[in-house]
Amino acid sequence: MNAKKRYSLIFLISLVCCSTFVVYRRSFRSWRRLSSAVTSQPPKERKRPFFADIKDEFILQDRIEFQSERATVRCTMETCFDRTKCLNGFMVYVYPIQNGEKISPLFGKLLKVLRESRFYTDDPQKACLFIPSVDILDRDNLSEDYVHDMPSKIWSLPHWNGGINHIIFNLFSGTWPDYTEDLLFNSGKAILAKASVSMEFIRPGFDVSFPLFLKTHPQKGTGSPEIAASNSAVFPLHRKYKLAFKGKRYLSGIGSESRNSFYHIHNGDDIVLLTTCKHGKNWQLRKDQRCDKDNEEYDKYDYDELLKNATFCLTPRGRRLGSYRFLESLQAGCIPVLLSNGWELPFSEMIDWSKALIQGDEKLLTELPSIVRSYSKEQILAMKQQTLFLWEAYFSSVEKIILTTLEVIRSRLFPNKAALLPVWNSFPGALVALPHYSRDPKDFPFYHINFETSSEKFTAVIHTTTTVVRDSTSLFRLIKSVGQSSFVSKVVVLWTSDAPISHNKRWPQISIPIVIVRPETKTGNSRFVPRSVINTTAILSLDEDIKLNSDEIDFAFSVWRTFPDRLVGFPARGHFWSSGKSQWMFSSTWSNQFSMILTSGAFYHKYYNFMYTHHLARRVHRMVEHYGACEDIAMNFLVADITKKPPIKILPQKLFQDLYSRNTKHSQLVQLHDHRQKCMDTLVEIFGYMPLMKSQVRMDPLLYRDPVSNLRKQYRLLEV
Amino acid sequence: MRMQTKTVFLVGLVFSCAVIFVGLELWSILSSSNEELSNSPLDSDLAEIRVQFKAPLPKKRDLNCRMHSCFDIFRCTVNENQLISVYVHSNNRFVDDGGQVLNKELSQEFYDLISAIVESQYYTADMRKACIVIPLIDILNQSGQYLKGIARILANLPSWKDGGRNHLLFNMLPGGPPDYNSSLDVPIDKAILAGGSFATWSYRSGFDVSIPVYNALTIKNIHHPLKRSSEWLFISTQANMKSAFMMQLEDIEKEHFGFLVLNRCPDDPHHIHKRCKGKTTYHYPDILQHATFCLVIRGVRLGQSTLMDALMMGCIPVIVSDDYILPFTDVLDWKRAAVRIVESEIHRIPAVLKEISASEIMDMRTQGRWFWNKYFSSMGKIALTTLRILNDRVYRHTAWKYEDWNAPFLTTKGTETASLLPPLFFPLRPYQNQGFTAVVLCYDRVDTMFKVITKISDTPSLTKIVVVWNNVNKAPPSGKYTAAKWPKLSKPVKVVRTKENKLSNRFFPYNEVDTEAILAIDDDILMLTPDELEFGFQAWREFPDRLVGFPGRVHTNQNSSSRFKYESEWTNNVSMVLTGCAFHHKYFSHLFTYMMPSYIRDWVDKHMNCEDIAMNFMVTNYTGKAPIKVTPRKRFRCPECVTESLWADPSHFVERSECLNEFVRAYGHMPLETVEFRADPLLFGEKMADRVKLYRHIGSI
Repeated sequence: MNAKKRYSLIFLISLVCCSTFVVYRRSFRSWRRLSSAVTSQPPKERKRPFFADIKDEFILQDRIEFQSERATVRCTMETCFDRTKCLNGFMVYVYPIQNGEKISPLFGKLLKVLRESRFYTDDPQKACLFIPSVDILDRDNLSEDYVHDMPSKIWSLPHWNGGINHIIFNLFSGTWPDYTEDLLFNSGKAILAKASVSMEFIRPGFDVSFPLFLKTHPQKGTGSPEIAASNSAVFPLHRKYKLAFKGKRYLSGIGSESRNSFYHIHNGDDIVLLTTCKHGKNWQLRKDQRCDKDNEEYDKYDYDELLKNATFCLTPRGRRLGSYRFLESLQAGCIPVLLSNGWELPFSEMIDWSKALIQGDEKLLTELPSIVRSYSKEQILAMKQQTLFLWEAYFSSVEKIILTTLEVIRSRLFPNKAALLPVWNSFPGALVALPHYSRDPKDFPFYHINFETSSEKFTAVIHTTTTVVRDSTSLFRLIKSVGQSSFVSKVVVLWTSDAPISHNKRWPQISIPIVIVRPETKTGNSRFVPRSVINTTAILSLDEDIKLNSDEIDFAFSVWRTFPDRLVGFPARGHFWSSGKSQWMFSSTWSNQFSMILTSGAFYHKYYNFMYTHHLARRVHRMVEHYGACEDIAMNFLVADITKKPPIKILPQKLFQDLYSRNTKHSQLVQLHDHRQKCMDTLVEIFGYMPLMKSQVRMDPLLYRDPVSNLRKQYRLLEV
Repeated sequence: MRMQTKTVFLVGLVFSCAVIFVGLELWSILSSSNEELSNSPLDSDLAEIRVQFKAPLPKKRDLNCRMHSCFDIFRCTVNENQLISVYVHSNNRFVDDGGQVLNKELSQEFYDLISAIVESQYYTADMRKACIVIPLIDILNQSGQYLKGIARILANLPSWKDGGRNHLLFNMLPGGPPDYNSSLDVPIDKAILAGGSFATWSYRSGFDVSIPVYNALTIKNIHHPLKRSSEWLFISTQANMKSAFMMQLEDIEKEHFGFLVLNRCPDDPHHIHKRCKGKTTYHYPDILQHATFCLVIRGVRLGQSTLMDALMMGCIPVIVSDDYILPFTDVLDWKRAAVRIVESEIHRIPAVLKEISASEIMDMRTQGRWFWNKYFSSMGKIALTTLRILNDRVYRHTAWKYEDWNAPFLTTKGTETASLLPPLFFPLRPYQNQGFTAVVLCYDRVDTMFKVITKISDTPSLTKIVVVWNNVNKAPPSGKYTAAKWPKLSKPVKVVRTKENKLSNRFFPYNEVDTEAILAIDDDILMLTPDELEFGFQAWREFPDRLVGFPGRVHTNQNSSSRFKYESEWTNNVSMVLTGCAFHHKYFSHLFTYMMPSYIRDWVDKHMNCEDIAMNFMVTNYTGKAPIKVTPRKRFRCPECVTESLWADPSHFVERSECLNEFVRAYGHMPLETVEFRADPLLFGEKMADRVKLYRHIGSI
């Protein structure tokens, strides 16, 4: 046995010994742990007590009113609001304006919007909300719009009652030097809709943070939509300047710190932050050494040009927390970069601002350049679209701002009838996708979560004036061809004539149910009343004298399924701007473009019936009653206003019977055209702008008029 | 000699055994002490700390606190990972001068909460680096606590400076008799409170965090497997509500079908798992799974653990608790998970529930389950969600968005979508005519390329032609020597040389392209008239978020199998337009180059084929919208080019079908949408004089 072998043997044996020992130790340890767990609890694995016990779960005490806490509490909707007034409808009462009362033009606009809104009532007994006709917009006592003797004016309001259920709109409060948020009178339990409001001042869930807007803000409409909000506001995504600002610099006092530090990050290249000291009377006296240089740079750039050419726009606080600049950036599609610590953003209860802007921190000013540079193209696209959408949906007019305020309050009162946050924050917004209709996004035509399944069908609604049903009538023929469609589920006939409804046997025999309805009124409005007999999403609206075959209907339906948010149909009309008369003109001539599809032959989403009946201004309904026509134009305005898109035209224009048929007299035609022109004028006035969009395109089946054999075509009836 | 060997052998044996044994023991001791030292403040022994009376007590909770005013952001140094760092004090026993212990023993829930934080990415063992400091005092439940003692402990913490800024305290059950305040009755000044029962007046919005009341007593005692049913429309199980509420509920129960109102069992009133109706006994919380809606009503406190039980059992909570701040209300959309009723309108519960549609119930249940699984099912999740919210407040521009926090929506197709709209949603409108840029990909067919650019240059809206010269070995015909060959055109022509002959070069977002619209066109498309191109462009302006092109193709599903076939037959359907001649938005070039799965781009470059199919997949997947085929034209290439093109080759279709199936695999589904229509000019084919038509030369083949 040589040494080498010996040693390896020793090693081997010792290894075996050790491993047995280790195994023994392991098992011993685990056994020890097991036994100890059973007998005594080791400190490491000790079973700890529950944090609560059955007493905490079952405490029962009837008189808990949070008295000591509530005593110090500022208002909540439960303590300072009488919701019983709102249970019979969400109506708004506006106090009549007292003689000699000073009303600023802006406040005048605001009251006008309220009076014209759907919520308005002139009966204070029916009202849920009360609006004082006292101008409280400007509470800066150095301002010329400041109204004196406010307390006596407010307290003399007959229904004031400590301010319960009142809304007070305010844009400015406080003045030099400390700009407090005091309104200089006790607003009590009234809800404040206040601009530039701070997180500390606002009573959460009670007051409403309001945007700050200019005196020139349009009362309604969206200005000139074709230019202002075209996609040139979105693209190009990277603009000339990454971050821009042009504005005053305060040399001292509240709100001056940030603006005095902008020069640190200004680089004159892609980050352009320009300030001027030239404002106020005595700026020369207080100017510092940078003023002259700053002023010189400042004059080199134009404010509007900067806004249009910047990807991000710095929106720092002014003397007050909010600024006009904020809405101006939104409108320009320039992503706001906020530097306004503690500002409660407008309608922040519903609007998810994190999707549309960057919340900077005044303390971290120097981080801004690296933060704005960290955003990718995809993020910039998303945010730009969101800024433009929010501007359009909630801020673009005094009307939208007021309606948004009311909707925020209504949502608090009826949380189960309030729009979901994604609806508020997705195009076209909660003022359009109304929660009264449904809270389920799938019930609206706007979202891509409801691609129709292929089994989806439509309901044909035929508007008749006839008194008889015979084989030869156009109604009879129309019902027959609709009945041949593969997707129709039901035919609803609106029987407007006073004559008794024809006997059952006379109606054409088709495989689907025919429902005859006598509408409430004979006006065109009754055609769009939501009816429970219509249980499909798609509606095909028809006049009895239109000639369509089943292939045309089926093809149009297949196109509608691609564009469920638009009117898709056959008879097209147009509009144009007459610079001579400087007004929009109605056009029924065939041309290279169109902007309306008449509802005498069109598919549309069921939701638009609800919108037409419950959302459209009542003046529109009255107009339709007055002229006995124009409901189709009104529908086109409504849909275009919501979608900002033109309708879809199907197949070439046919000589539709309409009212243009040979047996219609010329004078009648002239009168009809005259009415339609008047309707268009009225609608432009009511909407505040021209929402119709033009299109040059029409949709045909892929093999339409193609030289291939007819047998290969899906829609053969179209070829003859 | 022999003896010696034996001795050596034995000694060696014993010695080596000893060495190895000692080594192992040492190793095990060291490793276990390493574990102890793995900087968990929980595992340190309870040191006794004598609390000084000198330190001033903290002030009352400052109700005006907001992040910008009461939080020291500079302590959260700008961090690469955008993560806050959290320090946890060690587990001590605090005693006062009289030797009385001031803090309670840790509860299991608090232990779990702190362990989760210590094991998380937020944890730091260095107090000086901490952005947020958590005192290790178990005040989850206020009852039985010596409140002044707790305040004294806080004042004595070495980190407690400047009013307790950047400190975080957890409390689920605040208040005590007689008032039962809605927040912890310990003065904590500027510290952040994660509280379980906040009311609108006690919650410092954007500063405090509202957390749930964890259902510690019931979570372990449910009987698996869960069997959901809708036996009851509505169940009320709480035994701790005002008697006035209970009476109203019992009235509802009498008048409406499907309502069940339970109370304590008379024989065993303090059993947490027993609820009774008459003589029937039900197991709580198991019974909750048999109802669609479950009542969560305020007791002495606004927050109730029943909310957690309901979510756990898949029952939609009906919350009756005015002013209550729901858990994680800053980020969670409770409207999609729960129904809220005002306390004065309990009688309206049946009416409200009746109006909720079946599809909404589905959505609410989905959202509730999502909440439970992601944020509530353990103390650790509650702790980490709280920290995530604070993290998002500190690093706001990387914060999670609504879609990250809340459940996705179900589409009618059954797929899930995080947002209601595709990423490109704004109605892009026919803006002022900016024109379009034609991008021609060219390898060496100079002659036909010249013909193509000559032909298209007559299109009115064309502003520029960019020739992408993809031939690395050959210089493009240069101006110097072959100047005569370049046709003289009314529109500027730019030549871009690529570094590699790749097909994906066609969709690179070249700086030379300064319009939004790009016409991608092959170097042999000669049949299109300027009228057709102009109309195609105008159609694109109406549908700028789609591909708008001339050659249409469709995919078919073979015998409803999962394999797809590429069709170029003239069919009644279209799901793709070929980018041999199609308009697209420049943004899609950006997406194609930088955002599309690189796997697909590599496939395209490797096979030198299918870049157009890839583009169609990408656009439709991104927007959810089908492409649009314009005009009836079906033939595009010059008659003499057809023969040499790869189109004549039958293997071409096999290869294209392969691309289809490859891309379907890459996307995990078939994104293409099929439509039956094409776009024609409004007056196309009308029997009218040509001169009134805007587009006269529209070919029919």
